[in-house]
Amino acid sequence: MLSRIGPALKSQSAIKMTNHVHDETSDIDIDINKMSFVSALKKIIPSTDILHEREDLHPYECDGLSAYRQIPWVVVLPSTVDQVQRVLGLCQQHKVPVVARGAGTGLSGGALPHQQGVLLSLAKFKQILHIDAKRRIAQVQPGVRNLAISQAADQYGLYYAPDPSSQIACTIGGNVAENSGGVHCLKYGLTVHNIQQLKIVTIEGELLSIGGNGLDAAGYDLLALMTGSEGMLGVIVEVTVKLLPKPERAQVMLAAYDDVQKACEAVSNIIAAGVIPAGLEMMDKLAISAAEDFAHAGYPLDAEAILLCELDGTNEEVSEHIAKVRSILLSSGATSVHTAKDEAERLTFWRGRKAAFPAVGRISPDYYCMDGTIPRKQLPKVLKTIAQWSQHYDLRVANVFHAGDGNLHPLILYDANKPGELERTEAFGGKILELCVAVGGTITGEHGVGMEKINQMCVQFARLELSQFHAIKAAFDPQGLLNPGKAVPTLHRCAEFGAMHIHQGQLPFPELERF
Amino acid sequence: MSNDTSQVLQQQVVAAMEQDIPLQIVGGNSKAFYGRNIGNKETLSVHSHSGILTYEPTELVLTARAGTLLREIEKTLHENNQMLGFEPPAFGDRATLGGTIAGNFSGPRRAYAGAARDFVLGCKLLNGKGEILSFGGEVMKNVAGYDISRLMVGGLGTLGVLLDVSLKVLPKPDVEKTRVIECHADEALQKMHHWAGRPLPISATCFYRSQLMVRLSGAEKAVKAAADVIGGDDLPQGDTFWRDVKEQKLTFFQTQKPVWRLSVASDTAPFMLEDESLYEWGGALRWLVSEMPHEVVRNSVADGHACVFRNHAGQGDVFQALSPGLMRIHQQLKKAFDPKGILNPGKLYAEF
Repeated sequence: MLSRIGPALKSQSAIKMTNHVHDETSDIDIDINKMSFVSALKKIIPSTDILHEREDLHPYECDGLSAYRQIPWVVVLPSTVDQVQRVLGLCQQHKVPVVARGAGTGLSGGALPHQQGVLLSLAKFKQILHIDAKRRIAQVQPGVRNLAISQAADQYGLYYAPDPSSQIACTIGGNVAENSGGVHCLKYGLTVHNIQQLKIVTIEGELLSIGGNGLDAAGYDLLALMTGSEGMLGVIVEVTVKLLPKPERAQVMLAAYDDVQKACEAVSNIIAAGVIPAGLEMMDKLAISAAEDFAHAGYPLDAEAILLCELDGTNEEVSEHIAKVRSILLSSGATSVHTAKDEAERLTFWRGRKAAFPAVGRISPDYYCMDGTIPRKQLPKVLKTIAQWSQHYDLRVANVFHAGDGNLHPLILYDANKPGELERTEAFGGKILELCVAVGGTITGEHGVGMEKINQMCVQFARLELSQFHAIKAAFDPQGLLNPGKAVPTLHRCAEFGAMHIHQGQLPFPELERF
Repeated sequence: MSNDTSQVLQQQVVAAMEQDIPLQIVGGNSKAFYGRNIGNKETLSVHSHSGILTYEPTELVLTARAGTLLREIEKTLHENNQMLGFEPPAFGDRATLGGTIAGNFSGPRRAYAGAARDFVLGCKLLNGKGEILSFGGEVMKNVAGYDISRLMVGGLGTLGVLLDVSLKVLPKPDVEKTRVIECHADEALQKMHHWAGRPLPISATCFYRSQLMVRLSGAEKAVKAAADVIGGDDLPQGDTFWRDVKEQKLTFFQTQKPVWRLSVASDTAPFMLEDESLYEWGGALRWLVSEMPHEVVRNSVADGHACVFRNHAGQGDVFQALSPGLMRIHQQLKKAFDPKGILNPGKLYAEF
């Protein structure tokens, strides 16, 4: 799914970002020319799996964040772990940067190529190596698609729980690198909660096994450290995921509200009643109308907000919880509550939510998807401020929200062909992320920092924390060759960003309310 | 009781770093038996850094200082009909949050709800350079920066001194019921795997002396229906039983011999070793009381983790050996947090 779409390639932005990458990595000093490097690669990998002509490199110039583009130096498509080890060893020997890539569906530019680096595609690692129904695990190669795991496990009555919206296309290696979430996180957790073992290759070309057969492994929790590390610490070449039994029954309720505040209260009341829904999603008026127009899910167009609340478990449990939640939704002021009458209607209710992004793409030439997470109680305040800023920046916002776990996805609508709109959008988006930090949240709940939120990392973390991140990076990759310039900004960059922020002692938009 | 001693702790760490004095980190001293014996070191006492900082039942989040007593946290949660999902053992009244998290101590519910590491959302820590750092936060989803909060869990303080910890908490189940079934080990494993592949509200399992105990948690009707599926008989006072398993009060644990904690593939066949064992976590955790040579026990847990949980008496190593590559990463990480090696050196492995 594209977070920014539109026919116009934002060349201005692309050039800007290309320069950023270059700035960040100016200390990398490749000691080999391209043709010699390609010759060396050919001793490791068949030449058909090495791309270095400009026309072959274009398909790899961006990931799901298409506003940021960079033609890679060389693309390598290994098909064995041994090849990955030898390619990384060669890169380390010649100080060549390496950017790993799965399906390229990431939304933060994490797989944006390096202009002097190898783009290491793991697309050929597509094998589901083993499903052990008894142990409830699947051992898979990193290029296996998220949904393919659940499909393969289905015959055993099992599934893989994390379900990012791109699950048809995104790969498990990328899911681990980004610690992907989905709509069922509140109950079933993120990727980090659902994996048991990883095999990674270090920049030295060494194969390491992390985690184990049991639930706990010896030593530090490197499984947690690797998950969400955005390709900065090692290249994932195998993943063992945990599988869960498919719930006996899943049921969804659709509640409409004439006030966003009331919908927020309903969410808190459900949690307070001791129910953890499998999914709890909120959409605001603009998102509802876009989704309804596109997917015909039966959403009430006059509502200010809707809640989708899914309950799963055993038949008895779902029945008990449906009754409980229904009464909570009504007593919280819902103007209507519909329980899907059958599986077909349940899927229809979800279709609108799942189509929200492309639906918004139809009502605007471009949109920009944010990913901040906030404590849920701050939601009314944050939505109100976003609405105010929306007027100031003269840009519409549709809000889609994983309400259960506080993960916001405001979609800023813009038109890249109108001069200045992209810049205004980026400024607006940056303000939203800073607001999330200010109310006790974070700049990214599930999409990752990548290239996109690198400046906001300076807002989220102070100098000491960033230095600790750099020290961890150096523990794995002292030369800084893995995905350079992403995920963790240099202190120098933050100093410049900070200076820009308080330009002439004044924050941008000083007239706006801040908290 | 609420008290912020972070400045004092920071000063002590800075002084220790400047003078190369190794420190042993102590909370309530309830789990001194765990980990390698590192001899007498200057004590860094965290227990007075205490107090619950924020608790929002409807956000499912609690943040407390590391020295806060575990029982105080559990009492506060209980008053709001909530709980720690990982059901940590305390091993004494003085157990603190910091020690519980530093050791990743998780109880019977671990295989079904998650370990301590799964519930940690954020932390404030003091690294070996005396720097106070904050990572993660109080929100459920947060992928900004490396997951240092979870890296701390199970590190036994060797990477940093935990100051504050934020945890996800869970609502208490409406009803809990324990069933007991007489069977042999093979049969118990077979049953646990059969049930685990089905959507049943199981929250704990324990096999010991030809009895398989199964706890069911959730909505009343769901628990009742599942009890019929599981079969067996009701175990009266199930709560007491699970508390005794968690706190190791069963006679099984009353021994001077080494008590091994084996984290293995759940379907690992019953050990041929003659000694007595107790299973938890659907077969994925095996407790073993054994005086067998360490290599024999360790070799029995292919790709698992055998740890001498109690009574290691200084002989051999406590934790499963790391591969050379992983050991190197561990040593480099240790240096990244604690360049002078002053925080609990040797507590996990002799090498760092």
